[in-house]
Amino acid sequence: MAVSTPLAIDIENIGFKYPGNSVVSFSKLNLQIAKGERFGLFGPNGAGKTTLISLMTGLLSVDEGHIKLLGQEVGKHNNAVNKLFGFVPQDFSFYQELSPVENLQFFGAWSGLDKQTIKQRSDELLDILGLDEVRNKPVDKFSGGMKRRVNLAIGVIHKPEIIFLDEPTVGVDVQTRHAIIAYLLELNKGGTTLIYTSHQLSEAEDLCKQVALIDNGKIIAQDSLDKLMADHKQESLEQMFLNLTGKDIRNDV
Amino acid sequence: MFKLKATIIKDIRILLRDKVGISLMFVMPIILVVVVTSIQNSTFQLVNKNRLSILINNSDTGQASKQLVKAIDKIGMFRVSQVKGPQTEKSITEIMHQRDAMLGVIIPANFSARVSAKSKNIAGKALTSFGLQGDTVKKVYDVDPLTLYYNPILQESIRLSVKGAVGSALQLVESRETLRSLYFSINEKQLPESLENEMLNNKTAINEIAVSKDGTRITPNATQHNVPAWTIFAMFFIIMSLGGSVVREKVSGSFIRLKTLPTNYMVGLLSKQIVYLLVTILQAAVIFSMGIWLFPFFGLPALNLPSDLLALVIVTIICGWCAVSYAICVGVFADTQEQANGFGAVSIVILASIGGLMVPSFAMQGFFKSAADISPMHWCLQAYYTLFLEGGKLKDVVNNIIPLFIITLVFQFVTFIGLKRKNLI
Repeated sequence: MAVSTPLAIDIENIGFKYPGNSVVSFSKLNLQIAKGERFGLFGPNGAGKTTLISLMTGLLSVDEGHIKLLGQEVGKHNNAVNKLFGFVPQDFSFYQELSPVENLQFFGAWSGLDKQTIKQRSDELLDILGLDEVRNKPVDKFSGGMKRRVNLAIGVIHKPEIIFLDEPTVGVDVQTRHAIIAYLLELNKGGTTLIYTSHQLSEAEDLCKQVALIDNGKIIAQDSLDKLMADHKQESLEQMFLNLTGKDIRNDV
Repeated sequence: MFKLKATIIKDIRILLRDKVGISLMFVMPIILVVVVTSIQNSTFQLVNKNRLSILINNSDTGQASKQLVKAIDKIGMFRVSQVKGPQTEKSITEIMHQRDAMLGVIIPANFSARVSAKSKNIAGKALTSFGLQGDTVKKVYDVDPLTLYYNPILQESIRLSVKGAVGSALQLVESRETLRSLYFSINEKQLPESLENEMLNNKTAINEIAVSKDGTRITPNATQHNVPAWTIFAMFFIIMSLGGSVVREKVSGSFIRLKTLPTNYMVGLLSKQIVYLLVTILQAAVIFSMGIWLFPFFGLPALNLPSDLLALVIVTIICGWCAVSYAICVGVFADTQEQANGFGAVSIVILASIGGLMVPSFAMQGFFKSAADISPMHWCLQAYYTLFLEGGKLKDVVNNIIPLFIITLVFQFVTFIGLKRKNLI
C-alpha cells in the first residue's frame, strides 16, 4: 500500500527466526506506517505481534532487511533511535517498590530528560492519569488498573514521537480503559504515532484508524478499519478476524 | 551524570525498602562476628580462665602419684577433680559423661613403686658411670603407661597440648624421684626441699612477644583475629542481596523497558557498584565500631584499630569493591534468584574456607595452599592481618592489594563478557 505522508515506520523485506528455532517468524515482511497514524496490529496468539514490536523497538535484531523509525535504522542499544519512541510493554515494566513519582524520576532520567522537565511532566501525567493522590505510595500496593496507568505514564514521559503499546489495557476496568484510550487519542492529536496491539478488537474501533491483521508471520490484511470491513463484507472486526484467521484455538509458545 | 545520580537514588530507595536484604547485610554478619569471636575467645582463654575439666582416678597410694596429681593441677590448664576407688575404662567414661569432663586419667596402682624403682635404677647407673658405687635394683619394671581419656569434640591441637602438659607433669615427678635417689646414694640423707625446688622449678623463663611491623606490642586475641576475618565474610555476603537484585532486575519487566531507553545498562551496573560499595564500607565501619565500643560489654577484648588508618580505608574499599564485583558477576550469569543465592552462598563459604577465614592458610597442605591464592578473601585477610595483627603500614599491604585488584578486574571483565553474551549492553 502506497503511503504518501512521511513514514514513522518503514519495514522492508525483513526476515527473522528465533535462535535455535527452526520455524521462521518473518520472511520478506514489508510494512509502512505513516507519521501521526493510529495503527492497530491484531492477530491470534503466536501470530508474531510481540515479536514484530520487539524488532521495531530494537529488543530483537532482524536477520535480514531493514526497519527504520522516522528514517533512522533500528538496532540494538541505538540511543539515537531509542530517543524517538516510547514503549509500553504488556508486563508491568517499572519498580514495584517505588512510588509513581519515583519511577517517573528514574525512567525520565534514563529517557534523557533533565530534572526540571521530569518534574513538570510527572505532575502533568499523574494528574491526567488520575494518579496524583497516590503519587508517593509504593506501586506494589496498587490495583491492576492503577499499575497500567503508571506503565503508560513512564512510556510517554519523554513525549516520544512514536509510542508502541503492547496490550496497554489488558485486565483493566472500563473506567481505566476509557481514561487510557482518551489520553492516547489526545497524544495522537498532537502528532504522536501510535502502534497498538491487543486482543480487544472492540478497542480497535475506538482507537485505530489503520489496522493490520497478522497471522503466521504474515500480514494478511491491512487498511483503514471501515475499508477492511467493507471489502470483506463483515459487520464487525471480530467476525472478519475469525473469517481470516480461522476458529482454531492457538497456543503461543 | 544526572542519569547516574538518578540511578543511584533509585537503587538506594529500593535497598532501603528491602528490610530482609538489609538485615541479611548488617544484622546477620554482626551476629556472626559476635558469636564466632565469643567462641574463639573461649579457646584463646582456655589456659587462663576456662580450664579443661579433668577427672583423675588415682589407684596408687604412694607419694609419686600424689605429686603427679599436684603437678597436673599446678599446670593451670585443668580443673582437676578426683575419682576414688578402682575404675575401669567403662566406669571412668561414664563418670566423664556425668560430670561433663573433657578428660580423664587413670593412674595405675603400682605407679609410685615403679617410678621409684626406675629412678633408683637410673641413679645407680649414673653413679656407676661417675666411677662411684651405687645401689641397683635387680629387676626393673617399666612404669605402666598412664591412660588419657578424652572427649572426641576436643580438637587435635588442644589434645596435643593436653598430652604435652600431662607429659611435662610426669617428667617432673620422675625427675624428682631420680634426683632424690641420686642425692640419697651420694649423701645418705634426704635431698633438702629448698634445693629440690631450686633444681626442679627454677626453669629458665620463656618470654612471648608478638612480632609487629611497627614495633608496637599488639597482643593477638580473638577480637583482633575474628573481627577483620568476619568483616570480609560480611562484605562478600552482600552477594545474597546484590546478586539477587541484579537477577531480579534482569527478569523483571522493568529490564525490557530499560533496554529500549537511550541509556546504556552499564550506568545501571555502575550505580549498583557505587551503592553496594558504600554498603560494604558501612558494614565494615559498623562491625569495627562494635569491636571497639561494644565488645567490652560482652566480656570480649576491644578491637584495636591499626595505626595506619589510611591503609585500613584503602584495603576496606578494595575488599568491598571486589565483593561487589563478584556479586554482580554472579548476578549477570544467573538466570534466577535461586541460582544467584544458592551459588552465591556456597561459593563464598568455599572462598572463605580456601581463603583462610575458617582454617589458617599456613595450616593448609598442597593444593589448598595454592588454591588460597585465587580466593579474593585470602588477599583481603592477609591485608587486614598485616594491619590489625602485625601493625603494618600501607607499603606492607601493597603485595596483598595488587592481587586483590587483579582479581577484581577479572570479575569486572567476566561481567562485561557476560553482559555482551547475554546481549544486555
